[in-house]
Amino acid sequence: HQAALRLLGQGGGSSSSPATRLSAHPDSRCWFVAWSPNGTLLASCGGDKAIRIWGREGDSWVCKSVLEDGHQRTVRKVAWSPCGNYLASASFDATTCIWKKNNEGFESLTVLEGHENEVKCVAWAPSGNLLATCSRDKSVWIWEVDEEDEYECVTVLNSHTQDVKHVAWHPTRELLASASYDNNICIYKEEDDDWECRATLEGHTSTVWSLCFDATGQRMASCSDDRTVKIWKEYPSESGDTSWKCVCTLSGYHGRTVYDVSWCPLTGALATACGDDAVRVFREDVTSNPEEPVFSLVAQVTKAHNQDVNCASWNPKEAGILASCSDNGELAIWRFKED
Amino acid sequence: MSRGVQMENANPVIFQRCRDRPLTASEEDEDVHDLIDDREIFDLIRSINDPEHPLSLEELNVVEQVRVKVNDAESTVGVEFTPTIPHCSMATLIGLSIKVKLLRSLPDRFKIDVHITPGTHASEEAVNKQLADKERVAAALENSSLLEVVNQCLSSRNI
Repeated sequence: HQAALRLLGQGGGSSSSPATRLSAHPDSRCWFVAWSPNGTLLASCGGDKAIRIWGREGDSWVCKSVLEDGHQRTVRKVAWSPCGNYLASASFDATTCIWKKNNEGFESLTVLEGHENEVKCVAWAPSGNLLATCSRDKSVWIWEVDEEDEYECVTVLNSHTQDVKHVAWHPTRELLASASYDNNICIYKEEDDDWECRATLEGHTSTVWSLCFDATGQRMASCSDDRTVKIWKEYPSESGDTSWKCVCTLSGYHGRTVYDVSWCPLTGALATACGDDAVRVFREDVTSNPEEPVFSLVAQVTKAHNQDVNCASWNPKEAGILASCSDNGELAIWRFKED
Repeated sequence: MSRGVQMENANPVIFQRCRDRPLTASEEDEDVHDLIDDREIFDLIRSINDPEHPLSLEELNVVEQVRVKVNDAESTVGVEFTPTIPHCSMATLIGLSIKVKLLRSLPDRFKIDVHITPGTHASEEAVNKQLADKERVAAALENSSLLEVVNQCLSSRNI
């Protein structure tokens, strides 16, 4: 199984290599990158309190907008609405900002307050009507947005005993997952207008930094400070409820904390961002048993950046295109190619 | 910085400072790249002020050169520090000061691990986990009052 991960534009034989390594947040950390739903724009955010929107112009990537003055502290994560017209940003200043796209760029629409301290993540539900946020205050909040762009918190979930690092929505159902410093993952569902924690997934032996669902939502990948990636599969139980079991653990590949994991909805490839400066891509072995899948490392760049890699994100429309970002403020775009 | 009226450890044991390192010819040569060694890391952290006492971490034996492990080739630094008493509530602050000093002084390529000497603190796991969480450290340092306290620990004293 031959595969390679290279900076976009390199190795193609052409002498000019377009800038696919960008100094996105100079003198600062770049914490997160997110592709727009149509795959044409990339939002980055960082320790300089700013969000930058990047787009392709010919062979190069240029900064299209800078969203400043929205936050007083680090912007930790950004998320695009499913329609692509809104951006949400989560900040250490304890707020979540909602931005709306206009002709010039983006304007700040509203600021969601309520968390007691740093907001670590924000995520839009696929329906576009719900937003989830999580914080060091140990809670997960779910917000509803109506046709007039009004946001209202509909529930505060206190299922974790520590800092909540990440939230992610199931791709097709109204189901939410959260990852925490308490080493656990929680799964939430709505029943009779009430959101509740339906399952607590134990297994990681240190902070769970991130998680994501595969294209169908039948499986979930999580990554941790314990230097492993776990694959979880949903099993229906007799009571009609479901349970999640860990069906695979990838250990021995990552030298330090794994900060992010991204499952490509187009190809099924799994990418990780690690504190050992590497970006890695894993693939499920075709022959493996679905109840006990086997994943192999098929490509890696050991020095993807010269500092920790904080985020890895597959382009949702262009197969094999991966964005990553680092503590050195850089953003890089890669092409993953398989034979 | 105001000193609390009640000190947790009013009579700490005070240790003697070790001698300055003599310079070798190789170190004086501008063309030779100096590898960062244990002693250099120790020199960076030995004079950090204890938050409570008018003494340095070296004088309180909170840091010792023997508890510093550097690997220049692999760009890793490990520092073990020993709180003066097992229930020291300043342990996280001391660990944070050591971490910040090293983050500010060392090249970006270094991975810095600061943890409590095993068996010397009641909450060592909890403290170690916080110090190892770079997101928590980054957010803490955006808190201006905490940053001020850390900077005071890192300020040089005229002896």
